[in-house]
Amino acid sequence: MISFDTTEKTAFKLMEKAGIEIPDDYLAGIKVMANKEEGDLSSFVLGAMLENWEAAKEDRRPMCADTGLPRYYIKVGNEAKFEGGFVALERALREATARATQEIPLRPNRVHPLWRNEHNNNVGLNAPEVEWSFEPDADWIDITTVHKGGLFGTDYRMLFPGDGIDGIKRFFLDTIIAFGKRGLACQPAIVGIGLGGSKDTCMVLGKQAACLRTVGDKNPDPKIAELEAELKELGNKTGMGAMGFVGSSMVVDCHIEAGFTHTGGMPMSVHTFCLSSRRATARLHPDGSVEYRTDPQWFTPYSRRETVSW
Amino acid sequence: MVNLKTVHLTTPVSDEDLADLEPGNIVYLSGVIYTGREGVYQRVVGEGHPPPEGVMDLTNVNFHCSPAASVNDDGSYTIGAVTATASFRFAKWMKDWFQISGTKMIIGKGGMSKSDYEKLFVPQGAVYLSTVGYGTGALLGRGITKVRDVHWLDDLGIAQAMWVIEVENFGPLIVDGDIHGNSLFDANNREIAKGFAKLYEGLKKPALSRYGETDDRSDELI
Ligand code: SF4
Repeated sequence: MISFDTTEKTAFKLMEKAGIEIPDDYLAGIKVMANKEEGDLSSFVLGAMLENWEAAKEDRRPMCADTGLPRYYIKVGNEAKFEGGFVALERALREATARATQEIPLRPNRVHPLWRNEHNNNVGLNAPEVEWSFEPDADWIDITTVHKGGLFGTDYRMLFPGDGIDGIKRFFLDTIIAFGKRGLACQPAIVGIGLGGSKDTCMVLGKQAACLRTVGDKNPDPKIAELEAELKELGNKTGMGAMGFVGSSMVVDCHIEAGFTHTGGMPMSVHTFCLSSRRATARLHPDGSVEYRTDPQWFTPYSRRETVSW
Repeated sequence: MVNLKTVHLTTPVSDEDLADLEPGNIVYLSGVIYTGREGVYQRVVGEGHPPPEGVMDLTNVNFHCSPAASVNDDGSYTIGAVTATASFRFAKWMKDWFQISGTKMIIGKGGMSKSDYEKLFVPQGAVYLSTVGYGTGALLGRGITKVRDVHWLDDLGIAQAMWVIEVENFGPLIVDGDIHGNSLFDANNREIAKGFAKLYEGLKKPALSRYGETDDRSDELI
């Protein structure tokens, strides 16, 4: 049985880690880009970011004052048991969010879209989001938090099969150029692309591709992996670097997730995970032990299955 | 590491200081700055309240920011990180705000349009500095030594209140708009736009267009 108390404490710790410690894979990716960058201004920006992440860790302060929208992705082992059930689990996550907002502090970003009122704790109507997935033959629960920043950098479009790879490339370029100018997307970004599915699935897959896969990870379908590499290269050829200054540092990695879609359509979404690519994961075991990591391991052979049965 | 010209300035900034700044210079500030954005502008420009007493005599540097701050039990304040907010939304208040406040330097995120600099900043002799990244919240947080005062906290809330902050070596900041109306972002945009035709070469258009679609990717969307 996984206890309520352990869950609340772990979720709080994840909030802190996500807000303060830049994940190693993203950091390594930016260092590679910084070495390659030839634009003076873009290069200066990357240097300042590297310094900023050091300062955040040293001082234990959030890397960016816009601490984004904290949210959770939960993967539940098929044999996992949780004290108080799923309702209690969701309460633990809400309690941890409210406490972290006050104690770290995170910026209380969450407000009602119309009335603009807030509870000063990042909790409210449909907030924080909790997304669920399952894993066979496991008795643990994985909690991942993402503090996704950015009002900019996301778009959706209904393409059609005849638009082909050209259509995908154009929409990809359109989105990163639109939001790369002046660095509105706070690039270099992990660009996540959702292809197919229903419209909502398309958005969800793209967001998860950006936020839940690490820099360097490839799609298991070799043809999709090739397209990922091609789009990454294309994105770094726009002439635009960090802050939209002349340079080559736009896309630190590109991840694509696909879903079966309507036979007449090819919907596509694009998402950018910014210079504060904040994510942290913990695995909670029934014996009370907790392991922390920065790779969410969200996409598994089970979650990507195409077959009727497993 | 690249060598960009780096300047250390103290507030209030003088006209001579500003005359020397060029797009692309890196600036670190020491002294006092105040935060002000739509809430403050609306209250002063829109509703006619005078700015809080004394602040505009103390400093002429306006930061478009809402800090990750919390109010402690003893009434003091903790500021963790600070990050600027996108400035282009505030252009409509700037003319009056400059007149009322005497502000000479705006610090924010992403600059304003070149025509805003020409119309609003040049007559005022003001410059625009952008934060860097834009995620350098921890570095900027380090540059804050003290919260001197906060005004209108009850009315406007943490994000919109006017925070008067003491800073030391606050930066890095990068000069976008100089006193002549030149813009670093604009110059870079124009340079990059030269490559767009080649980038899109051979990629056929999608079957279904969208409203408002432009094929001129040198257009800005702000
Ligand atoms: S997009 Fe990311 S780096 Fe930029 S201000 Fe928002 S959270 Fe910070």
